[in-house]
Amino acid sequence: MKKNLFSKVLLSCLLASGLLLLSGCHGSKGMHAFETPETFDTSKNYEITFWAKNDTNKTQTAIYEQAIKDFESIYPNIKVNLRLYTDYGKIYNDVITNISTNTTPNVCITYPDHIATYLSGSNLVVPLEDLFTDEKYGLGGSEVQFDGPAVDEIIPQFLDECSFNGHYYAVPYMRSTEACYINKTYVEALGYTLPEKLTWDFVWEVSEAAMKQDDNGNYLVNGQKVMIPFIYKSTDNMMIQMLKQKAAGYSTADGEVQLFNDTTKDLLYMISEHARTGAFSTFKISSYPANFLNAGQCIFAIDSTAGATWMGTNAPLCDISEDKIVTFETVVMPIPQFNPETPQMISQGPSICIFNKSDAQEVLASWLFTQYLLTNDVQIAYSETEGYVPVTSKAQQSAAYQDYLSRAGEDNSTYYEIKIKAAQLLLEHVDDTFVTAVFNGSTSLRDAAGQLIENTVKSVRRGQTVDDAYIEKLYGDVTSLYRLDQLNSQTGIAGQKDLGALPKTSVILLSTLGITWILIILYVLLQYLKKKKNEKKSY
Amino acid sequence: MKKLKLLLLTLSLMLVCTGCGSKGGEDNEADVKSEGVMTYEEYAAAALDSEVVVETYVQAKQSWWDNKATVYTQDKDGAYFLYNMACSEEDYAKLTQGTKIKVTGYKAEWSGEVEIIDATFEIEEGNYVAEPEDVTALLASEDLIKHQNKFVAFKGMTVEAAGKDDAGNEVAYLYSWDGSGQDGDDLYFNVSLDGNTYTFTVESYLCDNTTDVYSAVKNLKIGDKIDMEGFLYWYEGVNPHITSVTAAK
Repeated sequence: MKKNLFSKVLLSCLLASGLLLLSGCHGSKGMHAFETPETFDTSKNYEITFWAKNDTNKTQTAIYEQAIKDFESIYPNIKVNLRLYTDYGKIYNDVITNISTNTTPNVCITYPDHIATYLSGSNLVVPLEDLFTDEKYGLGGSEVQFDGPAVDEIIPQFLDECSFNGHYYAVPYMRSTEACYINKTYVEALGYTLPEKLTWDFVWEVSEAAMKQDDNGNYLVNGQKVMIPFIYKSTDNMMIQMLKQKAAGYSTADGEVQLFNDTTKDLLYMISEHARTGAFSTFKISSYPANFLNAGQCIFAIDSTAGATWMGTNAPLCDISEDKIVTFETVVMPIPQFNPETPQMISQGPSICIFNKSDAQEVLASWLFTQYLLTNDVQIAYSETEGYVPVTSKAQQSAAYQDYLSRAGEDNSTYYEIKIKAAQLLLEHVDDTFVTAVFNGSTSLRDAAGQLIENTVKSVRRGQTVDDAYIEKLYGDVTSLYRLDQLNSQTGIAGQKDLGALPKTSVILLSTLGITWILIILYVLLQYLKKKKNEKKSY
Repeated sequence: MKKLKLLLLTLSLMLVCTGCGSKGGEDNEADVKSEGVMTYEEYAAAALDSEVVVETYVQAKQSWWDNKATVYTQDKDGAYFLYNMACSEEDYAKLTQGTKIKVTGYKAEWSGEVEIIDATFEIEEGNYVAEPEDVTALLASEDLIKHQNKFVAFKGMTVEAAGKDDAGNEVAYLYSWDGSGQDGDDLYFNVSLDGNTYTFTVESYLCDNTTDVYSAVKNLKIGDKIDMEGFLYWYEGVNPHITSVTAAK
């Protein structure tokens, strides 16, 4: 009997707890917040997964593998499993898929925009500010077994890019910007001289001049049947940077969409004019700018500084056959500007986030590995693979890195001139860089910005009219495609969305259920007491 | 006994005839196109960026993501690569090999690959599965591009070194074009014929690392003579997406 009653009470308690749990679940899911352990347990083995992005570059893969090997020799109880990606978008998709099955990686190379979406589950991504300053295991901490950077040795602008929603959810890994890779030989053949500071007007003017053909349809400047003078790799960056340079709206810090404005419309008209003549195209429509540049079929190729090893006659990496490569002088310059005296260019590049796990020791192991990726050995080696720059002053100011920069042009591999000049371009313009606001939905907004250009260019090529009515419809279509009308401008910042008070019907339902269970428990208790009383009587 | 033999022979013939129906199409007649639909010849002649309407048959599916499908298709006259065609996940499941579809989209070219983009489709009655067309003799010819995107065969080619491993040894294949990838990524391998070497690919979305062809390429040795089948894809030159590798017959 006792057992029976206990079971009933237990069941009632369990159900009540379940009820509480259910109501508590409203608007939140996830795990307990990470707390830094007192000490790292070296007596246990930990296995962590690291999802990394490389630019389809064998040297980068080798650097990741070497870094893991070196780290594992310092911490023999930590095993790091590397999974390689060549596309940030694929990492993003896989992380989203793995969140639902609780199989996220431990350490992940990603973009802050993407982290904003990962934060839709509570405590999924570890806030790092407490770890930065932890006396023992923080940046430059007393118990860290390697020579990593102190927190003030991370370039402040780059670190700030990883701060949103009141926390640091990542550390920068590498930084790049965009650059304009120019066929100077053709610019001069067309009768122009490259200005000290590149402007949009200059690029459009030279591009149009390059469209002249002979009677056989060959372009005069290159003698070939193909010439797209200006190709932009990332049209989302193109629109974002143009708007920034024009001081026009894109989004507010809290996620209000401002993209669909009159300046955007003017820019789309401008782009459509040059798409109509064939002077402008995009990567998505035509192909990699580097392929056209190296074949002498493009004059202005805008791509990341992290794509510098593909640019130019002597580029160490190339996708086109040798017989198609044309000899020309390559110049790398900052992207074109509307106001060259106040240049504005985007800061981009991979950052690293850490996913929370139920075992705090495992998270600490992840943090130690993350810190290792900021050591000089890794930072300098990886930055030398492309036009990246290290994210720490410790690495940037090191003798090894300064020596690397000073040797531009010594060969066409490690010291490839265009690659080192692209890196120097960013080093000289760090104060001119900017990033866009990060919020849950900022990835979609970025995609939408690029889609406006892609659609406009495609429409023009297809002979469609681009006018106010077209642009109005385009705004509507793109808003709908990326569900921008569903972004909550008030709570757009990433993280736990406050879903507000429960609806009245839910409150009534939950209250009814609660009262019912209280009555059931009271009834069971009364029955029990009544029975006890009867038992006493019978004695 | 004779009657039994006759019966067995008849049954065998019937089975052979039935089996033939799944390969090489339902009939050998030329495609009759519906009204407003282009012939392959008209499609080939259409200008880039123009709207095209074709009736074609699914030969293989490469990928589906975010309501977009990438599909290799072919009719009896030529092939059409459908890139990121609007397609629900439910409809994607219906696109089995041989399914006839009417496609409306725009003709485009990306790094030499001619494709139909921004397309929509509807499923129609009909079925056709293309036999692989042997284009080995055309490999060094300018006419090869006329067969772009078709399901093709290459016979008696020799495996060459694709690159070197970390120890400096020559290897028969690479993960990703330069060896920067890992298991599950595209496989790149080189094959030669008559002194010319070509780079072929196992496209990991089309044939992932669980497929026979992925395993077969990983087991290749430099110097092996092989026969291959696949789709005649283009990227800055011919870059077939291989779906089958066997020892040369």
